[in-house]
Amino acid sequence: MSAIVSKKLVKEFDGLRAVNEVSFRVDEGEIFGFLGPNGAGKTTTTRMITGVIKPNSGTATIEGIDVVQNPTAAKEKIGIAPEEANAYLDLTARGNMNLAGEIYGVPSGQLRSKVNDLLDTFGLLDRADTKVKGFSKGMKQRLILAMALINDPGILFLDEPTAGLDVESQRLIKDRIKELNEEGKTIFLTTHDIAEADRLCDRVAVINRGRIAAIDSPERLKTTIQSTQSVLVSFSSMNFDPEDLRVLEGVEELEKEGDKWRLYGPEPGAIIEEVVSFVREEGLKILSLNTSGPSLEETFTHLTKNQS
Amino acid sequence: MYYPSGLRKSIAIARKDLRVYYGKGPVVIFGILLPFFFFFSFLIGRDMPPLSLISGLGGMAIWFTATSISPVIAPMETRTRTLERLVSMPISVTEMLMGDILASMTMGAVLSAIPISIIAVILNLNPVNFFPLALGIVVASFCFSTIGVLMSALPTDTPSDVIMLALLIKFPVVFVSGVFIPAGNLPGWGKLISRFSPLTYFVKLVRVSFGGTGQPWMNLGILTLFAVFFLLFAVFVHKRTLPKRL
Ligand SMILES: Nc1ncnc2c1ncn2[C@@H]1O[C@H](COP(=O)(O)OP(=O)(O)OP(=O)(O)O)[C@@H](O)[C@H]1O
Ligand SMILES: [Mg+2]
Repeated sequence: MSAIVSKKLVKEFDGLRAVNEVSFRVDEGEIFGFLGPNGAGKTTTTRMITGVIKPNSGTATIEGIDVVQNPTAAKEKIGIAPEEANAYLDLTARGNMNLAGEIYGVPSGQLRSKVNDLLDTFGLLDRADTKVKGFSKGMKQRLILAMALINDPGILFLDEPTAGLDVESQRLIKDRIKELNEEGKTIFLTTHDIAEADRLCDRVAVINRGRIAAIDSPERLKTTIQSTQSVLVSFSSMNFDPEDLRVLEGVEELEKEGDKWRLYGPEPGAIIEEVVSFVREEGLKILSLNTSGPSLEETFTHLTKNQS
Repeated sequence: MYYPSGLRKSIAIARKDLRVYYGKGPVVIFGILLPFFFFFSFLIGRDMPPLSLISGLGGMAIWFTATSISPVIAPMETRTRTLERLVSMPISVTEMLMGDILASMTMGAVLSAIPISIIAVILNLNPVNFFPLALGIVVASFCFSTIGVLMSALPTDTPSDVIMLALLIKFPVVFVSGVFIPAGNLPGWGKLISRFSPLTYFVKLVRVSFGGTGQPWMNLGILTLFAVFFLLFAVFVHKRTLPKRL
């Protein structure tokens, strides 16, 4: 059985479609990356799957349990670290952990040792009895993760768990994610950091403007990204047949951008050499030439363009 | 609906509420201290009979304390986004509201039992109907906390919005519920309105409990009916407005 299934989820806010028929499956034991630029609909999708908000249409199931029909049962199966660190500032770390433990129905006899263990793994045990108000951003985020694990869930939803943290804290959290996955937990990881997704995830779904643009392993996704490397060039005259540019060796795609031409291909260096010999043959001059690597933004636009 | 297993969740919520919200300065001042000053400034230069005094003060105290924090919990949690944290955990709206009501009820009951006892000692009044009074304090506190929670269904993240609404409701209710003037002495229309105020029945109950004429159990029964009605109403409205907060 799939750990998470999303089927044609749709969410509209005031007529605006934030999430548009998003479908995917996450297998048990997988680290599944959910990748997209700001405002793509990552958090909205996550909130629908975790039963925080109701979809306008479509269904989501957690281990076969429908989230809308049976939210409490579904929520008992999962742990969630929401996008914003929102523990109670006026409670201590332990107070927050106890609250979560009681709501998840952790047996009273086990609660104390469980809380201590989790606070220890996240390096918060020595601050267990101070109010969260005085915690740094990284400490709050670690507390949120510890709270998400109080019921020892099989599936973990992490919405940008490393956003805004320093390198050290990021590494600590990433290591924990890997360990948790090795223990057999399924992890749904939302991020806009493609490098992070690359290092951690078995598969990645790319979402853009509420639509899934691609679902694949990072390696295969990268080949798509590589083809979006490009060379931007402008010539002294537009007096030539653009088709001649398109057939240059190594050029996969050609696009006009104002008075410039963008040539896509996996090896920008080879394209430049081709462009130079083309210019000589045609008796033209190069006014400007730039190469651009595979930026995330470009990847997304590229992917969505291929989709629709 | 509400299962016994939910009780542990509600108690956890209540404990959190008591720790987080009952230490906040402005809320305590406006919700708890203000009504006492208000009541005593009304008393100055007046010669109130002991039964009117104890029932009026008791009614004032329980009405304001039970509705002090209950209306602002939901907007505050919307603002701090702890609501999202709660909603993502396996807890139903009913269980969550029951927790808020439980916290508010505890404070309301304690903070009204104390002044009632003090006045009773000072004025040397004996509770002839102790049980209905004790139960009445619990039931009334539950009922008024539920009314407070109902007000907080206004889908806002600004506590002062709800505080305004609460004040608009809280003060008029005091005037028609026999707190300052016994309900029996109100003009005809006042008498009519006072029947729809649950506070009226608590004030009567206190009066009767200290030897006034009337039926203690009937007043308690009516209070219970009000409590059930407001609870169902609050749960119904919150279920509708909660999605607007997220
Ligand atoms: N409660 C809401 N009311 C109105 N619009 C909303 C609401 N929540 C999200 N949106 C809109 O839905 C779209 C998707 O937002 P969402 O938060 O899901 O994006 P995201 O991919 O998580 O972005 P980010 O990387 O910034 O976290 C955005 O256009 C956003 O403005
Ligand atoms: Mg987001």
